[in-house]
Amino acid sequence: MAELSARHGHAAPAADRGHDGAAAARFDALILPHLDAAYNLARYLSRDPDAAQDIVQDAFLRAYRSFADFRGLSPRAWLLAIVRNCHATWRMQHRRAPQSAPLPHGDGEAPEDAASLLVDGDTPESLLLRRTEAEAVRALLEHLPEPLREVLVLRELDELSYREIAEVAGVPVGTVMSRLSRARRLFADLWSRAAPDGEAVP
Amino acid sequence: MSTPVPEAGPCAAWEGLLNGYLDGELDAAHVMDVERHLAGCPACAGALQRMTLVRRVVSQDDVRWRAPPALRDSVVAALARERSAAVAQPLARPSGIAALVGRLRAMLPALRQWSIIPSLAVVAAALLLVVLPPRGGSSLEEELVAGHVRSLLAEHLTDVASSNQHTVKPWFGGKIDFSPPVVDLAARGFPLAGGRLDYIGGRVVAALVYRRNGHVINVFVWPAGSDAHVDRAFMARAREGYTLLNWTEAGLTYWAISDLNTVELKEFQEDFLEALPK
Repeated sequence: MAELSARHGHAAPAADRGHDGAAAARFDALILPHLDAAYNLARYLSRDPDAAQDIVQDAFLRAYRSFADFRGLSPRAWLLAIVRNCHATWRMQHRRAPQSAPLPHGDGEAPEDAASLLVDGDTPESLLLRRTEAEAVRALLEHLPEPLREVLVLRELDELSYREIAEVAGVPVGTVMSRLSRARRLFADLWSRAAPDGEAVP
Repeated sequence: MSTPVPEAGPCAAWEGLLNGYLDGELDAAHVMDVERHLAGCPACAGALQRMTLVRRVVSQDDVRWRAPPALRDSVVAALARERSAAVAQPLARPSGIAALVGRLRAMLPALRQWSIIPSLAVVAAALLLVVLPPRGGSSLEEELVAGHVRSLLAEHLTDVASSNQHTVKPWFGGKIDFSPPVVDLAARGFPLAGGRLDYIGGRVVAALVYRRNGHVINVFVWPAGSDAHVDRAFMARAREGYTLLNWTEAGLTYWAISDLNTVELKEFQEDFLEALPK
């Protein structure tokens, strides 16, 4: 990844003049390091690289303005909760027909049949025609209904605990558990269809 | 929930536990249950294997998106602008009460949603039982939520079941080193269900149990000691679908917790305070 090289840019700007300099420094130390995680979530939620940038920009401003209220959650979970809200706002403002997967059904009521998630002429095999395995995984993830995609990303990529995911997603822990179950089941199903003789377990 | 998956699915009752097992979210007893079950159930063992595969495949580093350098720059620049603006013209922060009211108002839609789907809350509570207390730094609020859920699930709502305050109050005598006030709020729509002892923050505390229609309110009481960092202003929190209210009165710390919405729980608190012997 080309972006890798620029990962650790200048993290803390010298903007800590003024009476809230300490808070600013604290923000830079606690929140700014989670920029990649914020972008990752925004990107998976929106499935749109430009929108993801706007969402993250918006989220950081909101986070900075409400930093005084930060407590309890881990810094990462707190920021991700804000990213999620900013995504919801963006979604409302750009209410447009989803390009690929069907809209999430209500409160995570996802279709249980993995094949029904494949639209746009995609077949499991065509998904695997991506250049690398990582790209295929990304494509499969993007096919999961949003509530399921969200918990899977928060769990497997951000390694949040169930409680943290519950706080970020604003749902009870039980819902997190059931969504995670379904997300893994669907993903495993899609993956085994896509790679029948490769990775799939017998 | 029947799915036409090629492989035999896991036993329906175990799927949630298998996920919790994989994620390290189970307590020791449930870990042992799962391992015992896995030893004798190929379907569940296969399901766990598939879940592990999903984890390995999804958590590859290249699957994670990374912020483009341009985004990093523009975020840093936007923060810098924000800071210089804040120095020039400090934002007037809303004063305590106004901020609190605002926050409560912001919570309301979410809380309403909870009350619409009580069955979901029950399922959530049932599943919560097997979820470990958070690794490291368990907060008081989490303990309170856990205490509340435990009381609902373990059929251990009360040690002394009585709607009579003159039965419940003396029951605590000799069991704890303070005497929690027990008031009768049946006339206000919060009948007393009883009391019990609970264990919060490393000490034995009194729990008073009230009901409101189908809902249960646990009121945890202990002496406001050195940990009385809470001022008299009440605090409301929403946690995992539960509402918590905290206040301090006459040297005792109170935490009321329920799946009632904030407004109703606040009503309860006001009635409770009003009924206290002056």
